[in-house]
Amino acid sequence: MAIVKQMGKAQAEGYIYGINGPVIKAKGSNEFRMLEVVYVGKEKLIGEVISVDDTETTIQVYEDTTGLTVGEPIVSYGSLMSVTLAPGIIGNIFDGIERPLNVIKEQTGVLITRGIQLSSVDLEKKWDAEFIVSVGDKVSFGTIIATVRETESIVNKVMIPFGVEGIVKSVLKNGQYNVAETIVTVETASGEEIAVNMMQEFPIRTPRPVMYRERMVRPLITGQRIIDALLPISKGGAAAIPGGFGTGKTMTQHQLAKWCDADIIVYIGCGERGNEMTQVLEEFSKLVDPKTGNLLLNRTVLIANTSNMPVAAREASIYTGVAIAEYYRDMGYHVAIMADSTSRWAEALREISGRLEEMPAEEGFPAYLASRLAAFYERAGYMHNLNGTEGSITIIGAVSPQGGDFSEPVTQSTKRFTRCFFSLDKNLAYARHYPAINWLDSYSEYIDELTPWFNENVSPDFMLERTKFMDILQEENSLMEIVKLIGSDILPDDQKLVLEIARIIRLGFLQQNAFHDVDTYVPLKKQMLMMKTISYLYEKAKELLKLNITIGQLRESGIYDDVIKMKYNIDNEDFEPFEKLNAKIENEVNRIKTDNGYTN
Amino acid sequence: MSVEYIGLNKIEGPLVAIEGVEGASFDEIVEITNSEGEKRLGRIIEIYGDKSIVQVFEGTENYSLTNTTIRLTGKPLEIPMSREILGRVLDGVGRPIDGLGDIFPDEMREVNGSPINPVARVYPNNYIQTGISSIDCLATLIRGQKLPIFSGNGMPHDILAVQIVKQAKIAEDSGQEFAVVFAAMGVKHDVEAYFRDAFEQSGVLHKVVMFVNLLDDPIVERIVTPRAALTAAEYLAFKCNMHILVIMTDMTSYAEAVREISSSKGEIPSRKGYPGYLYSDLASLYERAGLVEGSSGSITQIPILTVPNDDITHPIPDLTGYITEGQIVLDKSLHLRSVYPPIAILPSLSRLMKDGIGEGFTRKDHVPLANQLFASYAKVMDARALASVIGEEELSPVDKQYMEFGREFEKRFIGQGKNENRSIFQTLNLGWQLLGLLPVDELDRLEQSVIDEFYSKTQVIL
Repeated sequence: MAIVKQMGKAQAEGYIYGINGPVIKAKGSNEFRMLEVVYVGKEKLIGEVISVDDTETTIQVYEDTTGLTVGEPIVSYGSLMSVTLAPGIIGNIFDGIERPLNVIKEQTGVLITRGIQLSSVDLEKKWDAEFIVSVGDKVSFGTIIATVRETESIVNKVMIPFGVEGIVKSVLKNGQYNVAETIVTVETASGEEIAVNMMQEFPIRTPRPVMYRERMVRPLITGQRIIDALLPISKGGAAAIPGGFGTGKTMTQHQLAKWCDADIIVYIGCGERGNEMTQVLEEFSKLVDPKTGNLLLNRTVLIANTSNMPVAAREASIYTGVAIAEYYRDMGYHVAIMADSTSRWAEALREISGRLEEMPAEEGFPAYLASRLAAFYERAGYMHNLNGTEGSITIIGAVSPQGGDFSEPVTQSTKRFTRCFFSLDKNLAYARHYPAINWLDSYSEYIDELTPWFNENVSPDFMLERTKFMDILQEENSLMEIVKLIGSDILPDDQKLVLEIARIIRLGFLQQNAFHDVDTYVPLKKQMLMMKTISYLYEKAKELLKLNITIGQLRESGIYDDVIKMKYNIDNEDFEPFEKLNAKIENEVNRIKTDNGYTN
Repeated sequence: MSVEYIGLNKIEGPLVAIEGVEGASFDEIVEITNSEGEKRLGRIIEIYGDKSIVQVFEGTENYSLTNTTIRLTGKPLEIPMSREILGRVLDGVGRPIDGLGDIFPDEMREVNGSPINPVARVYPNNYIQTGISSIDCLATLIRGQKLPIFSGNGMPHDILAVQIVKQAKIAEDSGQEFAVVFAAMGVKHDVEAYFRDAFEQSGVLHKVVMFVNLLDDPIVERIVTPRAALTAAEYLAFKCNMHILVIMTDMTSYAEAVREISSSKGEIPSRKGYPGYLYSDLASLYERAGLVEGSSGSITQIPILTVPNDDITHPIPDLTGYITEGQIVLDKSLHLRSVYPPIAILPSLSRLMKDGIGEGFTRKDHVPLANQLFASYAKVMDARALASVIGEEELSPVDKQYMEFGREFEKRFIGQGKNENRSIFQTLNLGWQLLGLLPVDELDRLEQSVIDEFYSKTQVIL
């Protein structure tokens, strides 16, 4: 958000005529423009124009409107609702309209008061800039002109802002500059000279232009077995995580934010709990990113509009987050957005819509809910940027369906606009099976696109093992129907074996302990070896069945436990114990064969 | 500000419309006087030009379009705050109703409060021992948490709340004071009396401030009641550095009041007639729990709600569950089997417990034990479902062991006396004893070292 004093002359001036919660009706000017920022009342509360007609203008205010009076002034300076983009964003925590919460705390204490105008980034801090362009270079929107080390993990690439195109007229020497200093001047075709600094503004509701979209053939590796192995997501893809309360949406998002192999994480806490944001902030300033060895906070941007913060800013927070993500994508980074929860955003939309007395569609949501959701998820993608770099935005949105009922409009619309669906299951959560992603209801449409990558980079067996696992789990599901009616005792041995192997898959592979040092993040290689070990056990057990040896003997040998506990007992780097484990399986099976009078 | 306006334009339920008013501000409090000289308070909830809509706290009985005068106060609703409010009984908007005279204010505070800056929060990780095994072990209450009780009509949620207040070791070893803020929203007279007697008997009455809006009190006041109570809690916790336990009952009545007012305002309803902003509205209450930097006090909330028709997907419990940090769910079938407290283990949850238990807080075996008890009890449910089809006799030996474990677990672990105060170690040891009813290879959530150290040892003691 820009601050008032930079804005110069007022573009339109009116006054308050009506107040209904966060919605204000303004009169006195017909100069207000759609979606521009206005400053409301004597305290200059920040608002945005959402509809204009010839008698009055409707404004949504991003702060609490208590105490506003009819007749108070409303001023605009002609700029659209924008984010400030500059070094200093990463590692910071902002509210829904990009005001830095740390600075707010210094200024107003524990509680957030109203009418605070602040610059999003530190204007005084000096950054070490190294220039890439030289005088005479042709530059346009997105051209990288300098690099700045923003955090230990991230190099910020200073780019030419939107609307500037021409020849570089002057460049400063490498050195320390703050974000507001002019570092480059550009002469445009019309001979005008434009000063460029490290800071730029971009409207939050407009996607940044790109050259073209690339195919999404690289996975976002998360270290979470059920996602990587069974439901992989592409870099640049979009996923929905729906689930009732207590099923672990936030926990799943936290795990992804911690361990996924994106360069930058934008974590949007949209209408969720205050303590959760505190937790992310605390944990991420202690945890180390396995990829870079630096603190996770050095690659993370947090946007917090907790459930008791103003509702209009909740609606904006999602766009603020994605606009920041696009800025870093243009530098050639892979960005992952965690939006927790998009349902709160949809509810904010509904609340504002209700106050505007618009005709509701389903469950009181406005009819444009689906198109707004679509527009948001379509800002994900693997892009070829205008400056020639490649970057991606992956959006992972949590959905909080009312009453855990997936037929409600937000879940249904989201399902159409995302290609990964991680359905969280209350029964799994009740049994404390985490992550509580139901493997049968969930799906990933990226599997075909990603198969070549896995074949090349992990092993051609990876996807084959995946298929085997899915088959066993499917079969377990249909067998369970019978078991529920008559118990498992009467099943034939080969079906009992399927149930047992499925149990091993569930406990030993799908269940993953986020609080266990080894288990919280598992590299693909280990995932692969775990799958192979379970398959090997299955194959070996089938040999026993062929010899008519009862499967109970294998169960009693205790080998199942060894396999289930390999996730804890085998390290993430040293895979040798897998060979030992496989040898042990073979020994046990051979022993049982011998015991039953067969020789090998 | 002392301009008085005579007459109203429209009266509809608790809402009145006035016209020709100048300088009215949003959310400000007005005083309405009728021809008998009776003064009531109202709040401006919508302004359009010189027209305003006012919500009258005490109801609009006896009002006509001509017999009233309205005076603007120029301020949003503020209530007087001082340490002296402890031990007092106030109405829903913070006026004393115990006949002990006015409160001499140390300061006036606006009831709506302001959101706590997430950066200024301190993450809660200090557990509160309630002496109730099922809560302490499986849904641990953490200081600064908001943990509602989802109950139903005819269930002992009030008794449980009182037991928690009596037994909770909330301020021990910190040398700080402890107080209870009690907000009664639309509760019956005898329920309010029950709480008052219980507080008195346990000798905490002088540490309790009660905000009371009874079932037959005006519903607009009911909207303010929890806000007034939480304002008092914030004052006591963050200004006076006390540990505050806030009991809010019954959230269902509160939400129904919100719905009633919303519908008389003519707003578009979302689910079951509740307004679309019910989530934000409830959040503005629940999010006022927590710990903040620069203060050693805390606010822990235990809202109680009677789940309509025992349907946990009803908007009130549903939205509450999305905001609060877990929930304690009471179960009718346990209650019918005379298990007290009838806490349904599987849907109950404390989101904050993971950071407040284990080594350094309770004991290092707490986390694995809790996980194993959950998992084993979930299997009890499967075994019971099967037994109801094929009969318990036909179950496999392992399933029979689960049936036995389930019965004992409910009787001895969940069930306890209304005055029984178990220490956390008693609770954990009891948990291990009960796991002894199951064969060791069924304990798939435990690492071998934990089994060796705790499971086997407890069995030997037996």
